[in-house]
Amino acid sequence: MDTTPSLAVTGSRQPSALRRNGDMIFFAIMIVGLIVAPFFTYPLFLMQAMCFALFACAFNLLIGYVGLLSFGHALYFGWASYVCAYAAKGWGLTPELAILLGTLTAAVLGLVAGSLAIRRQGIYFAMITLALAQMMYFVALRAKFTGGEDGIQAVPRGYLFGLIDLRNTTAMYIVVLVIFLAGFFLIYRIIHSPFGEVLKAIRENEPRAISLGYRTERYKLIAFVLSASLAGLAGSTKAITLQIASLTDVNWPMSGEVVLMTLVGGLGTIFGPVVGAFVILFMQFKLSVVGEWVLVIQGVIFVTCVLLFRRGIVGEIAALFKR
Amino acid sequence: MLMDAELILVTEGLTKEFAGFAAVGGVDLRVRRGTIHALIGPNGAGKTTCFNLLTKFLQPTSGRIVFKGEDITDKEPADVARLGLVRSFQISAVFPHMTVLENVRIALQRLKRGSSLDFWRSKSVLDEYNERSLELIADVGLSDYVHWNAVELPYGRKRALEIATTLALEPEMLLLDEPTAGMGHEDIARIADLIRRVAANRTVLMVEHNLSVVADLSDTITVLTRGRVLAEGDYATVSNNADVREAYMGTGHA
Repeated sequence: MDTTPSLAVTGSRQPSALRRNGDMIFFAIMIVGLIVAPFFTYPLFLMQAMCFALFACAFNLLIGYVGLLSFGHALYFGWASYVCAYAAKGWGLTPELAILLGTLTAAVLGLVAGSLAIRRQGIYFAMITLALAQMMYFVALRAKFTGGEDGIQAVPRGYLFGLIDLRNTTAMYIVVLVIFLAGFFLIYRIIHSPFGEVLKAIRENEPRAISLGYRTERYKLIAFVLSASLAGLAGSTKAITLQIASLTDVNWPMSGEVVLMTLVGGLGTIFGPVVGAFVILFMQFKLSVVGEWVLVIQGVIFVTCVLLFRRGIVGEIAALFKR
Repeated sequence: MLMDAELILVTEGLTKEFAGFAAVGGVDLRVRRGTIHALIGPNGAGKTTCFNLLTKFLQPTSGRIVFKGEDITDKEPADVARLGLVRSFQISAVFPHMTVLENVRIALQRLKRGSSLDFWRSKSVLDEYNERSLELIADVGLSDYVHWNAVELPYGRKRALEIATTLALEPEMLLLDEPTAGMGHEDIARIADLIRRVAANRTVLMVEHNLSVVADLSDTITVLTRGRVLAEGDYATVSNNADVREAYMGTGHA
């Protein structure tokens, strides 16, 4: 393709190969960073951050690449986390099976909620996802197995494949890192697949995509289920890592937090949600001394971002490089 | 009476009512295969509504639509496109933040791969369509813009890109909604020429306000007013029709 004569005329435009190289460099930095980071800071913090980063990436798949704003992603994160925690504690399943079960739960919930929500667009889509999520929040509050206000505590990390003791921090860290990277690469692949091209077309101009013969609702539904499942994978992994599933994970502020992480990092960028999740969590961690005020500070950052850096941290950096 | 095989698109009593008001009321269209057929009429005559009905973006209140002998009245818009009846839009329908190449390729992808949901594959499998895409892009004179984002193109070029994208589907019939709207003289000439060329082996139904383009290109003209067919025929017939002169062009000039 690079030998096409027409490229000579448009040489100043950026061919996709260049962008791919840029992605590869960022990948390398991210992986190396995550491997050496536990030597410098708390591994538990990093594991938690990776879970939220995966959650934000899953959310970003919908908002950034299909243009659908789900305001109820806590539903998949939280319910997966409950089911995973219960499977590990109540039924004594091994962690990988518990995580798988949590992820499947999120997929089924995503299929149901998605089938209803994708019939509408914009604010109506957001409201349907929020309403369904809040309904399921109340179910979580009332249901017996979730432990109500207490949540499910002291979830055993167990033995991976019945062999590897995950109480060992290094082992746990490696498992979370592998899950995070696998989820991240899956999302990268989805975005850069033939399917992802159609999603992009739907985001850009849905009526036109329909007029070309694409049954766009099917594409949106599959994207929704994939996003919900990956959010569930993040929630399940979080339940095993932090050994708790609670109402916080399933309530609407969690849905808002993932929007915040994605916006701060850079909506519709591959690495944005990862950066956003780490920044927000780091801030909450460092600012825990100021108590509730952290919410005010978050609010200020959110407004600043929307007003001044609409492309988010990664989006702004990418724009600098393009110049 | 024309033989059925000559008619590619037929409507019978096509009607669309919005809260009791008939935007389109009992329209019988008969489009012959291989012709350029223009739909004209004053603003609010129901031309665009007609297009939306034909491509199933709107569901008719009553009436029937038959395309290639098949009743498509109850089909989904995506399925109508798959049968070979593909439309353009009044405002230019491109994918703004995709390159010219990607715009055309997404149509080829639908033609070649159908509704495949392969999210696990690399999109490099789409590279095999690049060659055909570049041909289509060259056909509409956009070779210098292959890697531009569609949003950066001047208006006339956007329309050209839209046509290239539509042609990628190799449709038997094209519906063009005001293909020259908002264009300067040069662009109009270019698009008119393009329509003539693409109509060589397919049928075109277009809504158009520019009467010199209509006169120049069309084999048949249907004049709509207030949702009804006022007159039909070639340009000479239509432009000499007293009703048309009064309702559309204004008496005294034609």
